[in-house]
Amino acid sequence: MQFPAELRYSREHEWVRVEDGAAVVGITDFAQDQLGDVVFVSLPAVGSKVAALEKMGEIESVKSVSELYSPVSGTVVEINQAAVDSPETINRDAYGEGWLLRVAMDGGLPDGLLSADEYRAVVGAE
Amino acid sequence: MNRRDDRLTFERSVPGRRGLGVPAPGVPEQEPLPGELRRAAPPGLPELSQAEVVRYYVGLGRLNYSIETGMYPLGSCTMKYNPKANDEVAGLSGFAGAHPLQPDELSQGVLEALWELQEALKALTGMAEATLCPAAGAQGELTGMLMVRAWHRGRGEDERRRKVLVPDSAHGTNPATAAMCGYQVVAVPTDPAGNMDMDGLRAALGDDVAGLMLTLPNTLGLWEQHILEIADAVHGAGALLYGDGANFNAIAGHVRPGDLGFDAMHVNVHKTFSTPHGGGGPGAGPVCCAAALAPFLPDPHIERRDGRLVRVRPERSIGRVGPGPGSVGVLLRAAAYLRTLGLDGIREMSAAAVLNANYLRVRLAATYDQPYDRPCMHEAVFSARALRRQGVRALDVAKRLIDYGFHPPTMYFPLIVEEALMIEPTESETKESLDAFAKAMHAIADEAATEPELLHDAPHDAPVGRLDEALAARRPVLRWTPEQSVVPAG
Repeated sequence: MQFPAELRYSREHEWVRVEDGAAVVGITDFAQDQLGDVVFVSLPAVGSKVAALEKMGEIESVKSVSELYSPVSGTVVEINQAAVDSPETINRDAYGEGWLLRVAMDGGLPDGLLSADEYRAVVGAE
Repeated sequence: MNRRDDRLTFERSVPGRRGLGVPAPGVPEQEPLPGELRRAAPPGLPELSQAEVVRYYVGLGRLNYSIETGMYPLGSCTMKYNPKANDEVAGLSGFAGAHPLQPDELSQGVLEALWELQEALKALTGMAEATLCPAAGAQGELTGMLMVRAWHRGRGEDERRRKVLVPDSAHGTNPATAAMCGYQVVAVPTDPAGNMDMDGLRAALGDDVAGLMLTLPNTLGLWEQHILEIADAVHGAGALLYGDGANFNAIAGHVRPGDLGFDAMHVNVHKTFSTPHGGGGPGAGPVCCAAALAPFLPDPHIERRDGRLVRVRPERSIGRVGPGPGSVGVLLRAAAYLRTLGLDGIREMSAAAVLNANYLRVRLAATYDQPYDRPCMHEAVFSARALRRQGVRALDVAKRLIDYGFHPPTMYFPLIVEEALMIEPTESETKESLDAFAKAMHAIADEAATEPELLHDAPHDAPVGRLDEALAARRPVLRWTPEQSVVPAG
């Protein structure tokens, strides 16, 4: 299971990468493994506001439906239509092609996001 | 086994073949419909002989698995055997021929049977009143929660009480019901022993909470050890305690939820009282309630007045939830079951259900992890997480069970248990069938260690192999057209 050191993580199993001042957000490798095959993902519309630790969408796998929580606050500037159209991308490459959305943050990263080692400890992975 | 003929009726069709000869009409032909209302071409119906049609459907029927072909340990669903006497009773002409709009004075027989069922449910739940109107368990939940909301409205507190609490292990219907009633849903965590977390409950309670929806025993198949404290805390906050009766098969005849402080609950007669499951309905989900909620019961309510049974609209009724006094044919089956068993029989029923579940819990303990290590009630929840080292998941175990001739257990529920396998044998199973099931579960665990690919590809002996559920959900094919025919004719 992968926990790239350059990313920050939320306890709700999302990852964040800051890129040109915007936050790129996705779900972690651990999350996609727990969910199993992802069949549907619902994301907020471009232009809408998201708030840290608040619900921003839903992800459905063959096992269950889970809520997606935004790890950051700001305005959605782009969503990954390829992941919406082919949700298997999220299983295949959660940190790369399976990214979900890009957010122009209000301020910087919120406090309380975890490092790779801290997140690894939270999910109890060896 | 002979190779199965998978062709659809359309693919078996031969032009001109008929199942029935329709006699010529003995009356003059009427004016045909105006042109614009007539089909341009005849409908594309399959053309088959009567024997071919019968063979086709009997062939499909033989692919079915049901409690009448084998054990069905689908946790949380109480797939018990339905005695045939129930069907006989529901089919009696005096019942089957009654019309729902017949006046009360011409319906005393069927009303008497329904009233007796109401009384029996009141006695078993320890509640003051009951309604038989709701047409399913989920509609029972909705009815009960609408009554809870009406009660708060009557006290002028509806505006303020906008939240409903549910445990994080709850059936999905609970949050769905609360949301349908316009409430905001707040999840209460579970503690390490599998009980509701009392600190979490106290933190969530307040004067903005309308009620707590709770299943007893809970959906981990465990007795809620702080139930009296929970009821006190909920009532202390001015909220009501709603019971999801899904797991009533564990306690019926032994514990009355009304005595524990529940204010209302629905009864899943298709689980506890052996009425048919699924099949698209009709269903029934009676609701029992405390005296304070009785004025809000749905219309019509069956009451005895001056020795006669009448259907009335309760004083402050939430209104109608369906067309009549409920799904009568289903309710009569529950009534027949209750009359057949009596109170002693009901006690024996739930005791045997709990004993059977604990027998499997102990027999499987060495092979499958138990997330909460204590005696269970009517169902045992295991985790297949240890098998993940071999790359095997709960889904693989469930699919492999099909090859051993068993219906799979419930998987991945409750959501708080990793790789959950939820097994509910019910009282219908004998020691021999429980032993056979345990043996299969042990054999599958051995296979996971030695031949994991056997599990990944399972089932091998079923009409269809492992289905691609992801593809089915992503790109469902919902309509057959002749161009899609892949089976060669003949």
